[in-house]
Amino acid sequence: MQKAHNSILYLDGVSVSFDGFKALNSLSLIIEPGEMRAIIGPNGAGKTTMMDVITGKTKPDVGDILLNGSIDLTKKDETDIAQLGIGRKFQKPTVFESHTVQDNLELALKNDRRAFKMLFAKLDASQYERIDELLETIRLKDQRYELAANLSHGQKQWLEIGMLLAQEPKLLLVDEPAAGMTDAETHETAILLKEIAKTKSVVVVEHDMVFVRELGVKVSVLHEGSILAEGSMDDVSKNERVIEVYLGR
Amino acid sequence: MLSRYLLKKLDISAMWFLAVLAAIALLVPALNLLVPETSAFHLSTYWVVLLGKYACYALLALSVDLVWGYAGILSLGHGAFFALGGYVMGMYLMRQIGSRGVYGDPILPDFMVFLNWPELPWFWLGSDVFAFTLIMILFVPGLLAFAFGWFAFRSRVTGVYLSIITQALTYALMLAFFRNNMGFGGNNGLTDFKDILGFSLQDDGTRAALFSISIVMLMLGFIICRAIITSQFGKALIAVRDAESRVRFLGYKAESYKLFVWTVSAMMAGVAGALYVPQVGIINPSEFAPANSIETVIWVAVGGRGTLIGAVIGAVSVNFAKTWFTAALPELWLFALGTLFIVVTIFMPKGILGLFAGHKIKPFNLSIFGKKSVDAEDGGVGDNNAKSS
Repeated sequence: MQKAHNSILYLDGVSVSFDGFKALNSLSLIIEPGEMRAIIGPNGAGKTTMMDVITGKTKPDVGDILLNGSIDLTKKDETDIAQLGIGRKFQKPTVFESHTVQDNLELALKNDRRAFKMLFAKLDASQYERIDELLETIRLKDQRYELAANLSHGQKQWLEIGMLLAQEPKLLLVDEPAAGMTDAETHETAILLKEIAKTKSVVVVEHDMVFVRELGVKVSVLHEGSILAEGSMDDVSKNERVIEVYLGR
Repeated sequence: MLSRYLLKKLDISAMWFLAVLAAIALLVPALNLLVPETSAFHLSTYWVVLLGKYACYALLALSVDLVWGYAGILSLGHGAFFALGGYVMGMYLMRQIGSRGVYGDPILPDFMVFLNWPELPWFWLGSDVFAFTLIMILFVPGLLAFAFGWFAFRSRVTGVYLSIITQALTYALMLAFFRNNMGFGGNNGLTDFKDILGFSLQDDGTRAALFSISIVMLMLGFIICRAIITSQFGKALIAVRDAESRVRFLGYKAESYKLFVWTVSAMMAGVAGALYVPQVGIINPSEFAPANSIETVIWVAVGGRGTLIGAVIGAVSVNFAKTWFTAALPELWLFALGTLFIVVTIFMPKGILGLFAGHKIKPFNLSIFGKKSVDAEDGGVGDNNAKSS
């Protein structure tokens, strides 16, 4: 348990099965505070399910999931886990399309989220400043009053990253941030994530090897619901079993 | 900049809408009471009552639009809240009859005397007090909605399943109210009302006043809805409508948001029913009929879902058509209504209001259950449990 104490996220022996199919098979993973970790793995390796169990969408059959080494996440629902400081970006950008870019960020801002408070809530000057900052970071200043529905795919991805930052989470779970992006956008996204990782812990799930290499962080290879190998991108790409199941095909 | 500008526009249209309603609230009674009957401008009492009915329907439609248009809850049972509000008012009106009933009992309404009931059942106590009645008009539908919503939203029942349960709710209530020993007059319901607060219901002045009060309540309902949807709460609510699970991952308790508007909406429907009953002079279990609730949804769809003003326009125009049809071509009305719904769904997804001001209204997805299709796709936030990429 010593390891659990020094971690921001600690998964031990986590298993989930759907109708007999083991999506996660005794998965163990430790993310240290301030660390950025890339998770790679072929389709069906359990990457999205892993995100689901951490964020409370799916309950694990067995296993421990601890935040900060002490908070048991398996007992909490999505809302509680989000409020504890775990933010999630989905593979398919899910922004609120009938809201403007500004409204999307407003909704994501760290705030009192109880229904009755929100009825009378007003943004203060510092929150507007924060939105200005975020718009700068995600390069959507000119689209501030544009409906999110009208953004390009890449812009939606960034808006969602912006919403994630607005929540001021301790830990960010980012599912395929570069999916569907142009090479230039992918490059920009890598820079953005590295910037974010300076102050927060980040877990990135990604298919794009060029992108993962660009991030230059520790990589965990997921295969059939458990960790196959861990290390730098160069190390894992030399690992024979990894080549066998994934890279070398 | 564009949407800021449009938002301002919408505020102006809301102001105009309220101004028109205020003018109607004054003009209709004036044309009825002050203009002599011989004048071409005289409005007959028949029309005052009819328009008063439309105003109540409009308030009901507004309440449905609040939950359907902005929270994505397609209620096929809002008629239940409308009827409950109506029954509360009906109880008060029954007690006002006093000893003028057929059996002349000073306390018991006629149907209780007929059933040989010795005394008032406990749930009729206080029904002769107007202030208590006003409270119960909000409380009874509100409590039912709160209890129903608490269980339904907490268990995350959504979409078509929720719609079916709302339908079952109103149907169950209809069957219950049909029973004589339920204590609400069985299938005859409550009727033969004489007066309200001492004013005769047959009097033109009372009818004109009831009309104006209905319009004022419609305005109030509209203002409350606007206040809710333009607040930060409203932004979160629309987000719940479009991507409920995403909102949860942002740390919002989606069920609290839905429960609040659901309860407010039920109370509005209750007020509409309470104003409806003294104007039409009867409330019976057929008001709980599922078909009524479905018709209300059609009014909202026709006027333009998620626009508030559209709900009012839809309720008035469809009911105007219904009044005309059921007099001129009674056997064709249901066909006309069905055709209307199909035409609106296919060709005018934003309703009448969408035809005139389509570009001014925030677009929203067209699925009637307010769920995004991406939810179900891989990598979305829906129930893609079995998938893991």
